[in-house]
Amino acid sequence: MPEAAVKKLTMAWTANDPLVSVSDLKVWFPVASGVMQRTVGHVHAVDGVDLEIKSGETVGLVGESGCGKSTLGRTVIRLLKPTGGTVRFKGEDITHIRGEHLRGLRREMAMIFQDPYASLDPRQTVGDIIGEPIDVHGLAKGRERQDRIRELLRVVGMNPRFADRYPHEFSGGQRQRIGIARALAVEPTFIVCDEPISALDVSIQAQIINLLENLQSKFKLTYLFIAHDLSVVKHISNRIAVMYLGKIMEVAPGGQLYRRPRHPYTGSLLSAIPIPDPKIELQRKRLIVQGDVASPVNPPSGCRFRTRCPRAREHCAEEVPPLESFGEEHKAACFYPLD
Amino acid sequence: MTQPLLEVRDLHTVFSTKEGMVKAVDGVSFELNAGETLGIVGESGCGKSVTALSIIRLQRPGRIVGGKVMFKGQDLTRISEYEMREIRGREIAMIFQDPMTSLNPVYRVGWQVAEPTRLHHGWDAKRALSGAVNMLGRVGIPSAAARARDYPHQFSGGMRQRVMIAMGLTTTPQVLIADEPTTALDVTIQAQILDLLRDVNREFGTATILITHNLGVVAGMCQRLIVMYAGKIVEAGPTMDVFANPKHPYTWSLLRSIPRLDAERHEPLRPIEGLPPNLVDLPNGCSFHPRCVFKVERCGRDVPALLQVGDTQRAACWVTQSGAELKGA
Repeated sequence: MPEAAVKKLTMAWTANDPLVSVSDLKVWFPVASGVMQRTVGHVHAVDGVDLEIKSGETVGLVGESGCGKSTLGRTVIRLLKPTGGTVRFKGEDITHIRGEHLRGLRREMAMIFQDPYASLDPRQTVGDIIGEPIDVHGLAKGRERQDRIRELLRVVGMNPRFADRYPHEFSGGQRQRIGIARALAVEPTFIVCDEPISALDVSIQAQIINLLENLQSKFKLTYLFIAHDLSVVKHISNRIAVMYLGKIMEVAPGGQLYRRPRHPYTGSLLSAIPIPDPKIELQRKRLIVQGDVASPVNPPSGCRFRTRCPRAREHCAEEVPPLESFGEEHKAACFYPLD
Repeated sequence: MTQPLLEVRDLHTVFSTKEGMVKAVDGVSFELNAGETLGIVGESGCGKSVTALSIIRLQRPGRIVGGKVMFKGQDLTRISEYEMREIRGREIAMIFQDPMTSLNPVYRVGWQVAEPTRLHHGWDAKRALSGAVNMLGRVGIPSAAARARDYPHQFSGGMRQRVMIAMGLTTTPQVLIADEPTTALDVTIQAQILDLLRDVNREFGTATILITHNLGVVAGMCQRLIVMYAGKIVEAGPTMDVFANPKHPYTWSLLRSIPRLDAERHEPLRPIEGLPPNLVDLPNGCSFHPRCVFKVERCGRDVPALLQVGDTQRAACWVTQSGAELKGA
C-alpha cells in the first residue's frame, strides 16, 4: 500500500520542481557524560536548515570545520537520521522511509568521500569495489557486470585493465577516480560530493574538478558539492550556501555571492581566502574576524555568528534572523546586512 | 649586497627505502636575507619540508649527503649536535603544521612556551613563565596568564598555533621556519595566523621561511619565492615577477590550473595532466618533462640547471633558458 502512495506522489513531481528539498532539518547528536553515560546535551550539528536543489544544478555548501556541512550532506541522502524536519526527494518525503523502500532510493543517490585512502577497502580489488553497488542492487551479473565495471573505469579516465588491481597501487587522484566510478555504478541522479578534492595535490585537483563537471553534463547529474575552499566551490557551483554552526547564513549564485555578500560572515569568509595574485593580495582590505567558532553544544542565542560579528547589536542576541530574500535567488539571514 | 642571513648551498638529503634511495632534496641552493619572508612552494613529496628540516638537522631518518647550510659563518651540517642544539630553537625556530601533535599534552601550555628560555637563556622557572605569559599575550591569546595554566587540549586549533608561534618567538630567533602553519586551520583562522606572522615579521624583524602548497598564501606573504618539484628548485624569484611571468612550465601550469575566487567567467580549469613522479624512479632529464606541454627533445635527456632567466628570476628549464616564452591556449 505505501508503495502505491509513493508512486502517486512521484507522479506529481515534475523536473521543474526541486529534486531535493530540505525544510527545517535538524540533526542533533547526544553528548554523554559521567559514569552512567547519561545524555547531558546535544551537538546541534544541523539546526533548522532549509535548502532546495534543482535538477541538474550544483549547489555548493561551504563553511568551516564543524559547521555541519557534512552532516547535512549525509542526512540529505539518508546516511544519517534526522532529528527533525523533512527531506524530500523528487517530491517524496524520504525523512522516515526504511527497508526495501530506502534501498530503492539508494539507486538514485550516491556519495563521493573526502579521503580516497580511507574510503576504499584495501582488501578488495578495484573491480569489486566498483562492482559492489552493482551486486547489492542486482544491476548486472557475470560478463555484463565486468563490462560495466570496465566502462565505468573508462568513464572516469582510467585504464579498464586496472579492475584487477588493489587500491594501494594507485595515487590519491586515481583513487578518487575509483571512488567516483563507484558512485556512478548505480547510475544515480544525485551525488553528494563531500570535500572530494581537499585531500589531493594542487596539480591533481583541477583534473578531478574537470572530471566531475564532464560527468555532470554527460549523465545529467545533480551535485551537492561540500567543501571549505570557496574558490573551488565558486568555480563548480551554480548556487552557494554558506553554513555556520548548523545554520545556513546565506544562499546565492556564486558570482553574486562574491561580488555582493550580504551576511557579515560571508564577507569575512571571502576576505579570508587568499587569492593567488600578489598584486591583488598586497592591496586587499582584510576583514579579519576575531575569535573562534562557538560551541555547537551550546550555540549562542539569536544569530549564531553574533559572538564574532563586528556588526552585531543587542537585537541579534534576542532573535534568530530568518533567511530573507535579497533579490532573485539571493537570501541571507541577518538583521544588519552588508550593503 | 649584504651577507645573507642563511645560505643553503647544493643541499642533498636522501632517504633509504625498501624500493631504493629517495633523493628528497637534490641539490637545493637558496639564500634568506635578514627580515624577509621567503616562500617555498610545492606539492606533497617535492622536498620542501625535508629542506626545512635539514636546515635545523631534524631530517632523520633522512641523511644529509652533501652541501652546506651557512649560518653566521658556520656550516650547520658540520657542527656537533651539542652546538646545533644551541642554535635550534634559539636562533632558528620552527613551527609545524599540526599544532596538536607538536605540543606535549601532559604539560601546561605556559611551561612549554617557557621551555626555550629555560634551556637556552638559563632563566629560572618563574622568570621564564612570566616571559611566556608576555609572549602569549603578544600573539593574541586573551587572558594569557590564566591560559598559561591550561593544557593543550583546552585550546582550539588556531589558539594552539598561536601557542606554537609564541614558543618559537620567546628566544627572539633570527630565523623562523613555518612549515604549512595554516594548512590544518579553517580559513578565517588561517587569516588570523597569517596576520600574526606578518606582525611578527614587522615587529621582531624575524626572517621567515614559509613552506606551503597554497599559492594564495605565498602571494600575500612572501617577497620572494622558491618553487620545488621532485626534490629540486625549478623556479625562484620575486613573488610579483614569478606570478606575473612564470619562467618554468610547472609554475606556469600550476597557476593556470587553480580556480580563482575573483574569476569573472566560468571557464574549464586547465589541469596539469599526469602524476607527480615516483621519487625512487625519476624520469631522465627534467623530472617535469612527462607532464610538460612545452617539452623539447632535450628535456627527456639532460637535467637543466637552475639559471638566470630574465632580469630577476631563475628557472631550471631548457625551453625558457633558450629564450622562448611560455604561452598557451
